[in-house]
Amino acid sequence: MPKDNSIRSVLIIGSGPIIIGQACEFDYSGTQASRSLREEGIEVSLINSNPATIMTDPMTADHIYLLPLTVDSLIKILEERQIDAVLATMGGQTALNLAIEADKRGVWKKYNVRLIGVDIAAIDLAENREAFRDHVVSIGMDVAPSFIANSFLEGMEAAQKIGFPLVIRPSYTLGGTGGGFVMKESEFEEALRRGLNASPTHEVLVEKAVFGWKEFELELLRDVNDNVVIICTVENLDPMGIHTGDSITVAPAMTLSDPAFQEMRDSAIKMMRSLGNFAGGCNVQFAQDPITEKLIVVEINPRVSRSSALASKATGYPIAKIAAKLALGYTLDELKNQITKTTSAFFEPTLDYVIVKFPRWNFEKFHGSETTLGLQMKSVGEVMAIGRTFQEALQKACQSLENNRTGLGADMKEWISTSDIMERLEIAGDDRIFRLKDALRLGVSERSIHKLTKIDPWFIKQIKDLVKTEEQLLRYNLAEDIPADFFREIKQKGYSDAQIAWILRIKESEVTKQRYKLGIRRTYKMVDTCAAEFEAQTPYFYSTFEQENESIPSNKKKVIVLGSGPNRIGQGIEFDYCCVHGIMAIKEAGFEAIMINCNPETVSTDFDIADKLYFEPVYWEHIREIIELEKPEGIIVQLGGQTALKLAEEFHANGINIIGTSFSDMDLAEDRGSFSDKLKELGIPYPKYGVANDVDAAIRIAKEVGYPVLVRPSYVLGGQRMKIVINDNDLERQVLSIFKHMPDNKVLIDQFLERAKEAEIDAICDGDEVHIMGIMEHVEPAGIHSGDSSALLPPYSLSQSAIDQMIEHARKIAFALNIKGLINIQFAISMDKVSKEEKVYVIEANPRASRTTPFIAKAYKIPYLNIATKVMLGTHKLKDFDMINQMNGYAIKVPVFSFEKFPHVDKRLGPEMKSTGEAIQFIDDLTDPFFRELERNRNMYLFE
Amino acid sequence: MLSDSAAKKAILLLEDGTYFEGFAAGLPGTATGEICFNTGMTGYQEIFTDPSYFGQILVTTHVHIGNYGAKDSEIESSQMQINALICKSFVDEYSRALADQSIQAFFEQQKKLCIYGVDTRAIVRHIRSKGAMNAIISSEELDLEVLKKKLAQVPSMEGLELSSKVSTQEPYEVGNPDAQLRVSALDYGIKTNILNCLVDRGCKVKVFPATASYEEVMSYAPHGIFLSNGPGDPSAMTYTLEVVRKLVDDGRPLFGICLGHQVLALSQGISTYKMHHGHRGINHPVLNKVSGKAEVTSQNHGFGVSEESIRNQEDNIQVTHINLNDQTVEGLRIIGKPAFSVQYHPEASPGPHDSRYLFDDFVHLMNQHN
Repeated sequence: MPKDNSIRSVLIIGSGPIIIGQACEFDYSGTQASRSLREEGIEVSLINSNPATIMTDPMTADHIYLLPLTVDSLIKILEERQIDAVLATMGGQTALNLAIEADKRGVWKKYNVRLIGVDIAAIDLAENREAFRDHVVSIGMDVAPSFIANSFLEGMEAAQKIGFPLVIRPSYTLGGTGGGFVMKESEFEEALRRGLNASPTHEVLVEKAVFGWKEFELELLRDVNDNVVIICTVENLDPMGIHTGDSITVAPAMTLSDPAFQEMRDSAIKMMRSLGNFAGGCNVQFAQDPITEKLIVVEINPRVSRSSALASKATGYPIAKIAAKLALGYTLDELKNQITKTTSAFFEPTLDYVIVKFPRWNFEKFHGSETTLGLQMKSVGEVMAIGRTFQEALQKACQSLENNRTGLGADMKEWISTSDIMERLEIAGDDRIFRLKDALRLGVSERSIHKLTKIDPWFIKQIKDLVKTEEQLLRYNLAEDIPADFFREIKQKGYSDAQIAWILRIKESEVTKQRYKLGIRRTYKMVDTCAAEFEAQTPYFYSTFEQENESIPSNKKKVIVLGSGPNRIGQGIEFDYCCVHGIMAIKEAGFEAIMINCNPETVSTDFDIADKLYFEPVYWEHIREIIELEKPEGIIVQLGGQTALKLAEEFHANGINIIGTSFSDMDLAEDRGSFSDKLKELGIPYPKYGVANDVDAAIRIAKEVGYPVLVRPSYVLGGQRMKIVINDNDLERQVLSIFKHMPDNKVLIDQFLERAKEAEIDAICDGDEVHIMGIMEHVEPAGIHSGDSSALLPPYSLSQSAIDQMIEHARKIAFALNIKGLINIQFAISMDKVSKEEKVYVIEANPRASRTTPFIAKAYKIPYLNIATKVMLGTHKLKDFDMINQMNGYAIKVPVFSFEKFPHVDKRLGPEMKSTGEAIQFIDDLTDPFFRELERNRNMYLFE
Repeated sequence: MLSDSAAKKAILLLEDGTYFEGFAAGLPGTATGEICFNTGMTGYQEIFTDPSYFGQILVTTHVHIGNYGAKDSEIESSQMQINALICKSFVDEYSRALADQSIQAFFEQQKKLCIYGVDTRAIVRHIRSKGAMNAIISSEELDLEVLKKKLAQVPSMEGLELSSKVSTQEPYEVGNPDAQLRVSALDYGIKTNILNCLVDRGCKVKVFPATASYEEVMSYAPHGIFLSNGPGDPSAMTYTLEVVRKLVDDGRPLFGICLGHQVLALSQGISTYKMHHGHRGINHPVLNKVSGKAEVTSQNHGFGVSEESIRNQEDNIQVTHINLNDQTVEGLRIIGKPAFSVQYHPEASPGPHDSRYLFDDFVHLMNQHN
């Protein structure tokens, strides 16, 4: 069936600010959908309140609306434009909910807009637990047995019928509040009472816990002709009981026989076809009894999801892109496979590699939160790793995490107390897989580990094999002693040189040197959807250690962009935005753009953004070999946040050209001591400070600079473990806490400027000229992390004198640091008690793209990242660009938090960043009610 | 799992001189055959025991083989049919509670050799560009010159008749004795699940040797005729073409799968050809041109039915199914006769169940003609 030609103009709804459970994967899907629709000549309008997205960029859609995701905003757009259809399946639950709300209010009908790619009745059915259960049973499939209870007595009866373990799910509460697992009878009464109380209707669902059953997810696509294909099957290494977003997952499924898989496939197709009538993507989750292989349906999501973003990256099949075309009326058999370009889009990708997705948590940001994993998702990001075996993929995932692991253990971070380890196996936390390996290493039986974790024995055996490999490796003392065959085998099992070095207690450089000498080098394989059956054109690669290398460098001049790894608090979607624009600018400047990143949620790792994509850990050993293969002109580290920046030292040491500001100048900005010396030399004020190695020194410094003081470790991201203290006791406690959690770190003690205002500048410098991109004044006073503060662009209360001082300081610093590219400078502005004049202090400078860079680019409608990248490359000077601010009034940056995921957490704001996302709100002037409200409610601390 | 460096070395040599070094699993020894690859991610045991693979050396593109062990009931014939396996990771430790033994034990029992730890993707890319060819694997002889000599003695698949080697020697019957519909099946290398699919639909089936005569087949007074899948070059099966032509002319419902499809075509004067490297996997897209619906199919064939040849006989033959990747013929119908066939495997096992409706169609035809 060809496309429906009555659709000429489509509105795509985005997912809004990043929160836990709904992250930048929806920027990826929205962007893909928009590009896919425009390929068909459709005029695309787009609404999203998240400024750090690629989807809200002029290059993505025809008309961008950076508006709050409300029905009123939708009406405004519909008044302004002739919209034929709305696509609400690309923006997660947020977009769907908004579409449903608009539907209920009759908005779509009034403006004669069709909802495409979705069936609202299907969504209702999938969301309503009771109705969904009945539906599944009616089409002949099983669900976990359950009963609705409206009273204590009914609940007790239900438990008696079902037996333990069971789950209590209160009705009509958000995000599983008041619910949870009940393992034994003695805990039930209290849990039932809590559940009934939590529910506004005094109703709970008492459900048999299929705790420990194996968990699988299937990603499907369906067209109007009811053709269905399974794009990817994902197996959760962590079985039922841990939210799939918090589970380590593996694709393809590792432990499924064909009959078991086909039963799942048949059931998934049957369910999707039974759920209303829509064309698009869908995700189905199953639980399987590991003993009998009995299958039950867990849930179905009739939309593009986090899992479909992962499935797209895992297989190379762009689900959102195809789903958008299906929504227009195309059928799968009419479309081409986007990777091979010659074969059909109606097919099921097959993998000749293994992918492992590993969640990234940020528990250290949420003091007081429970760090155990359960029914509610708590991770803030994820990495994906590709390997030719499960072991290789798992180790690469660990190397991608950005938490100082060099692989799965064997890196000095192992635990040695069996009892501690066993406890962590039973109560799953963010480190369970590492503890599992520790347990195997200490001789705990595979059986006992399976009993505690319910993890499928196959995975345990694979990890046991790593332990055995390490024991074998221990027999050698020097890198030169390792036989070549065995050396290759270890590398094929994913071990980094650093792990090998740690096991042998030698230097990493010795391992690398010997490895190179033996010629054990990475080769690159293509992700092609078809296990090499057909020739593919897409330059999407991963590394392994095998015979044939498929990544043949071109003769063009190349530039590599380093991504920022997994999303986490303080480093998220903004840097994906920066990387995508960097890539575009590199291409425009005539270079081949090569992207390296390991975050499957990003647009920058879409296979048709860069000229070449290496889906690899942002980890020195991996990057190095790519550089040695590609021999680029240089590498850009300014766009990938702190992750990319901190690799600069390695590049410098190895003679690799860093594009833009040099390493030594960046290092000057990063090193507190030398940076302060530079400020002193430039005559720029800065808070008094000192560096301490122990508590005594810290107290001495605090006395010098005067309380209150700001205490923090010297190298961190997002203000981790940063605190304001007012006396020696608090200081001592904080310093000890830093040393405990971050040994080998130094502590910085800063004078805290009380009652100071805070502001920041983002600027570009080309060596001749400094261009101030924008000045943002924080609504909250200094002391609250800039990421958590609301902020206005341009400043709204600062004196002209303060603004002039800031600009002057910024110019001086940019020139002094020989900035070539981007710089972000943070200021504290305090009123001089004597002169009553505002005095500007420099708090810090970041010689890279900042979180606010995309915000300013969006608000002013100037392609700053593109300009900055060309300046870095040296192909352009600032004078080559017309930079005209097109904004009237103010743009407000509003931080968004995910505290509801952490019920017991300390919600006070301070120097440590806690927000997960941000929204943009435009106002004409300061009388705007939104701003008045914001200012009235501003506080040192935010209480909820 | 054996640590690679402690394992026994093995070598794979291709007809064009390309070789790969790996490690031996299963029963050590030497094996020869035509090399082919399968892209399925599940169902290794069903594939290994599919008689259509008789005498071949199989490369699995799926990384890990053996994860869920081996189960006595998940087989498509009484023995392993491939001559040897080439894979990336051969895992003898498994986790499936329902499994009966490990894949290593299964290989030992079936006396088959596996080479693992090789760059299977490189091998697949090689076959993709150079085409199917003969190969030799050995764990006992690592001298390339000696292996080359042995390999030279292996006959080419083209023109090779193999069905009679895997076919039953004596007729046998399956299904409920009281079943209403009788099917005579010509066994060119039939998969167990085809029989299951027929029996599940209320048929009893008498399975005849590939070389059975028209009279033998008709002696069962069948309501329908089934032509099975199987190995080898269909054009070498001269003994059965005349039989099939007579069966078609007789006018009873007739259904052919894979090799049976090719034999049906040949019996009507349509030619077949050896494909460059065949279709083997469980994700092949097929469009049913009659219904307009697409189906994901299980495939395993190295020969195909010539589309050009059908075009000369458009009055007699209708192409009912095509492959969406390369537009090759996937199904045909003889105009004016209740005879049809498909190139792919509606019985799946392994693979998707999208095409099971073809068995229903066959049963429906038999009921109509009864």
